Order: sequence, then C-alpha cells, then structure tokens
Amino acid sequence: MGDSLKIVVLVKHVPDAQFDRHIGAERTLDRSESILSELDEYPLEAALQLSEARGGEKAGNEVIALTMGGPDAANALKKALQIGAGSGVHLTDEALAGSDAAATSLALAAAIRHLGDVDLVIAGMASTDGETSLVPAQLAERLGLPQLTFASSLEVDGRTARIQRDGDGHSETVEAALPAVVSVTDQINEPRYPNFKGILAAKKKKIRTLSLAEIGVDAGQVGAAGSLTWVASAEPRPARTAGTVITDEGDAGVKLVDFLAAQKLI
Amino acid sequence: MTAETVLVVLDAPAETFRKGQLELLAAGRILGSVSAAVTGPVSEAARAQLAEHGAAAVYTPDGADLGEYLVGPTAAWLADVVATAGGVRAVVLENSPAGKEAAARLAVRLGAGVITDVVAIEADGTAHKSVLAGSYEVRARATTGVAVLTVKPNSVEATPANAPGAAEATPVRVPEGAFATAARVTGRTEKPVSGRPELTEARVVVAGGRGTDGDFGPIEELADALGGAVGASRAAADAGWVSHDLQIGQTGKTVSPQLYISAGISGAIQQKAGMQTAKVIVAVNSDPESPVFEIADFGIVGDLFDVLPQATAEIKRRRA
Ligand SMILES: Cc1cc2nc3c(=O)[nH]c(=O)nc-3n(C[C@H](O)[C@H](O)[C@H](O)COP(=O)(O)OP(=O)(O)OC[C@H]3O[C@@H](n4cnc5c(N)ncnc54)[C@H](O)[C@@H]3O)c2cc1C
Ligand SMILES: Cc1cc2nc3c(=O)[nH]c(=O)nc-3n(C[C@H](O)[C@H](O)[C@H](O)COP(=O)(O)OP(=O)(O)OC[C@H]3O[C@@H](n4cnc5c(N)ncnc54)[C@H](O)[C@@H]3O)c2cc1C
Repeated sequence: MGDSLKIVVLVKHVPDAQFDRHIGAERTLDRSESILSELDEYPLEAALQLSEARGGEKAGNEVIALTMGGPDAANALKKALQIGAGSGVHLTDEALAGSDAAATSLALAAAIRHLGDVDLVIAGMASTDGETSLVPAQLAERLGLPQLTFASSLEVDGRTARIQRDGDGHSETVEAALPAVVSVTDQINEPRYPNFKGILAAKKKKIRTLSLAEIGVDAGQVGAAGSLTWVASAEPRPARTAGTVITDEGDAGVKLVDFLAAQKLI
Repeated sequence: MTAETVLVVLDAPAETFRKGQLELLAAGRILGSVSAAVTGPVSEAARAQLAEHGAAAVYTPDGADLGEYLVGPTAAWLADVVATAGGVRAVVLENSPAGKEAAARLAVRLGAGVITDVVAIEADGTAHKSVLAGSYEVRARATTGVAVLTVKPNSVEATPANAPGAAEATPVRVPEGAFATAARVTGRTEKPVSGRPELTEARVVVAGGRGTDGDFGPIEELADALGGAVGASRAAADAGWVSHDLQIGQTGKTVSPQLYISAGISGAIQQKAGMQTAKVIVAVNSDPESPVFEIADFGIVGDLFDVLPQATAEIKRRRA
C-alpha cells in the first residue's frame, strides 16, 4: 500500500496520580483507580498524525493500541480507541502479574512479533508509575530494531524515520530505517481529546485479547517468576507537611534569609 | 580480577570528570573494587582522576566512535567489556535518559535485572529508590549474577578511594555488527552553557514559573547569590523563557537539592514529582491558596519581584 504504515502504540494502564497511590502488603502497586497513562497520549497522537498524513485507514494505515495488564487494562485500550486508535490488543494473563521491566519487555516483544510486519512501535517516554523508561530500549534490543527514543519530534520520510532528541547542552537529530522503536516526550505534540464521534465510533472497534500461549511465551519467563529484580521492602514516606507560611509585609526577603541562616543553608 | 568487580560506565569528558560522575565511582566502591568503562577517549587528567577514585582498569572503545549512534552500540560494547573484565558483580551507570537506556539494553544482553533511580546502595547489593513522586521508599535487588544500577546524582559523596587504582588503559574493540540496526546521529547543535552548577547535581536550586512572566532576572540573581542552579516549571519552559533542559518535574529533571526555592510556580502534581525530595523547600507565591504551600517548609505569600531581589541583596549584605 505504497507508504502506508502499520503502527503499534504502547499504552499502559496506571494508577491515577491525582489520587494517593499505594503499594500494598505484597509490595505491589494498588491498581484500582487506574487510567491510560497521561504520557501515552503523546505516542498515540504521534501515530494518528502519521496515519492521517498518509490518508488514514482508508489508505491502509493502521494504528493498533497494545497494552499488557490485568482485566481492567482494557479500559486504557477503550480510551485509546475513543481518541482514535483503529483497534486494540490486550495482552493479559495471570502469569504476567508482578513483571519487572525485563519480563514486560520480553512479553511485549513477543506480542509485537505476533502482530507481524509492524513498521513502527511508538511508546511513551516513561510510564507514570514505574517511570523507569527501560521498556522501549529493551524492546529495541529484543526485537533487533533501531531505537529512536525521547523524541521531541518525529517524521517519517519513505522508509526513514527521523527524530529530534534534546539532551543536556545539545540537541541531536537521529535517523534510522523502518521498522523502528520510537519513544516520544510530552514536547512532541498536543494530544487530542476523545470527541462525541470518537466515543461512538469506539464502540464498533475491536479489542483482541492475547494470552501468553498465543504469543509463545512460557509462564516462567514472565511475572514474578521471570523477573530479574526483587522488591525487598516498600515503606511509605511521611508526607511532606506545610511549614510556616508568612505574608510579605515588606521584609519577607530578609525573613527568607533569616530562615536560610537558621537552617544553616547560607 | 576478584569476583567483586564493579564496572562504572562514564561518558567521556571534554577535560575532566564532573562531580556527578565521580559519585558513581564512590557508589560502585560500596559493592567492590571498581573499574571504569569510558565511552570515548580519556585525557591524562581524567585518567588521573579515575586512579584517585580507585579504578583498577579503564576500558575505552577501540575502532569506532560510539557517539555517532544512539545507545545500542554502546550497550553491545559494554557487554563485551563485562566479558573482558570478568567477575563483574554490578554495572553502575548514570541515571540520565541515555544512562538508563544503555542499562536497559545491556541488561537484556547480560540477562540481568536493572534498578533505576537508585539513591543508596547497601553492601549486599540492595538498592534504595524513592518512587511514586517521593511517596514510598523502596528497597530492591537484582536477583541475577550481575546487577545493573542507574544511580542518581547527590546519592553518595564523591570521595577519593582509600587506595588509588592502577587505572590501567585497556582498549576493548567495539564488536562487529554493533551498528547493524543502530540509529545514527546525523546532526547535533550545541546549546550555550550557563556556567551555573549542573541542575541535578546542584546543592541549591532556584526555580521560576509562569509567575515570572518571562523575567527570570530575579531567579538567576538569587541563584547566583546562593551558588545554585536555575530551574523552571513546564509552563515557563514551554513559553520559551528558558531552555527545556531546566524543566523540573515528571517530564523534566528530578532534583533533590539541600534547598529548593520555588517562585511563581503553583505546585502542580507533575512539578512536585520532580522536587518533593528536596531537603528544604521554600515557596514564594502571590496566591495563598497555591498548592505549593502544602509542601513548603517556609512559604511566603508575596510578589516574587519584591521578595527575591530583597533576599538577594540581604545575602550580599551579610556576606560583605
Ligand atoms: C514504583 C515502581 C518502581 C519500579 N522500579 C523498577 C525497576 O527499578 N526495575 C525494573 O525492572 N522494574 C521496575 N518496576 C516494574 C516496572 O514498572 C514494570 O515492569 C513495568 O511493567 C514496566 O516498566 P515501566 O512502568 O517503568 O515502563 P517504562 O519503561 O517507563 O514505560 C515506557 C513506555 O513503555 C510502554 N509500556 C510500559 N509498560 C507497558 C505495558 N504494561 N503495556 C503497554 N505498554 C507499556 C508505554 O508506552 C510507556 O510509556 C517498578 C514498578 C513500580 C511500580
Ligand atoms: C503530561 C504532563 C507532564 C507535565 N510535566 C511537567 C513537569 O515536568 N514540570 C512541570 O513543572 N509541569 C509539568 N506539567 C504541567 C503542570 O501540570 C502545570 O501546568 C505547570 O507546572 C504549571 O506551571 P506554573 O506553576 O509555572 O504555572 P501556573 O500553574 O500558571 O502557576 C503560576 C503561579 O505563579 C503565581 N504568581 C503569579 N505572579 C506572581 C508573582 N508576581 N509573584 C509570585 N507568584 C506569582 C500564581 O499565583 C501561580 O500560582 C505537566 C503536565 C502534563 C499534562
């Protein structure tokens, strides 16, 4: 189909940071009150823009949202479909619970291979819960694909993908041939909201469920069993509390310096 | 080499290593005797620093410039360095995006577990990290023979080693095929340097937000009086008032300085995520209802254009 693209967007279902988040007695994160990770709206928007610029679904472009997670993670896919993804894939299996980055990237890599002939895998720069940023790089390594990560811009020109990557002190242009794994920052675009039409259209879109058996991964390779890290303890830190608050009466700058001196900070 | 080797991965410095890089060597020494893997050429002065900080060997890439590619080839080379060094118990890297990504890929090659955002290390390899915007303190371990750790700045003191290392120069070839599927850097623009301390390493950070209305003068002057770094909210960075390199928060830098002064910043959850673990927080905001006051040790309801210049002048007066 000429220059049409098959794009997999990785979306994670994460606890909503607007509420208090908890790590339970089993040292795992309480995943009730979860949403589509805010930072995964950016890769979805980037994928939709690439697809639309090439004539959208009618011209053979595909935007597939892929999540790995428990039954509720389907809600992240529903949101992605409302925003505009064409279809959803839900990798779910009890054995996946407790996966670390190594196990997550192993399972996602197998799921992506299972989907076949993908041109671009686009992820967020980090999840908003684990926040490790390990998964996109590990996917590139496991899939043997070029890595174009932390992109603040992304263009695809024929079979070449080009990004801007901003580092400390310098900004780089990085290029690779498709297929490639990309991750994007919140600088790349302004994600759209689902509109009424999108919400209606989403009802007709399909979510496919994949099990570990279907993607050819053994239960022992993932979840707590297949993870290469172990959490020994997770203790809540006492919440920061408000200290003294004063109102400026013309001498607050001096009072600030008094405070710094009392704290031995100057 | 003993079975207690810790490989510390460092970006090649233009001249000498930064404090934050020397901290990584100190972090590595908690776990064993250190060797350095430097991703480019090492000057004599830099090699002397590595010796002083205990590096037994200094591995450098031979045959290719890793800087021309994004991360993948670096990870492939590091895997070969781990094999060459022998008996490597842990690999310690910087907690920057590139550091985490090299860690990620190296770990896949080694079949190793990675712990990111490490703020403390115990001798048995247990790493501490602060998670969920500073609301939990987690202790975690890699269960594999080699542990890969990315360590945050200001986590350990960059003290020299008790006994200097030989810092023996050891070139290791960049493996054939490392570049086969690599993404290539085709352009690079340098940004101007500020002369202020590196944001994530600074003892003091003074940050400005939308309340500065584009005038960072009072922020910069207070930062300079305190020998600190300048930071910003996303609103200020998005407005183009300062470089995005200075953005603090969920999608910017995470800082844990001794002192964080927030001025004209409301304290949104994404901003707090990047500064909540500061030792002392001071907030200056004209709105008494601003959420930043909920986490400030010392809050001033006032106009930053009055309060900051007065504080700067007072600091200078007391020093004079
Ligand atoms: C507080 C906390 C700390 C943790 N620390 C570590 C650690 O140090 N080392 C470690 O190995 N594991 C760690 N984990 C586990 C890790 O978060 C999970 O393995 C997770 O599944 C993948 O890592 P991430 O959330 O950090 O994703 P990141 O690598 O930050 O995610 C980047 C992008 O990858 C995609 N992505 C990630 N996960 C999924 C998914 N499940 N489905 C679809 N797309 C996805 C998304 O596009 C996302 O934006 C931690 C978890 C928690 C809750
Ligand atoms: C996915 C995502 C990621 C994000 N990541 C980040 C991030 O990394 N970092 C970040 O900071 N934000 C981030 N944000 C944005 C965040 O939600 C807020 O919008 C942002 O922090 C607001 O910046 P601000 O406090 O400077 O501006 P505002 O919220 O507009 O606050 C300005 C404050 O200045 C005060 N003020 C005005 N004039 C004066 C004066 N003369 N003197 C004193 N005070 C004055 C006002 O009372 C107000 O409280 C992110 C948002 C999203 C959706």
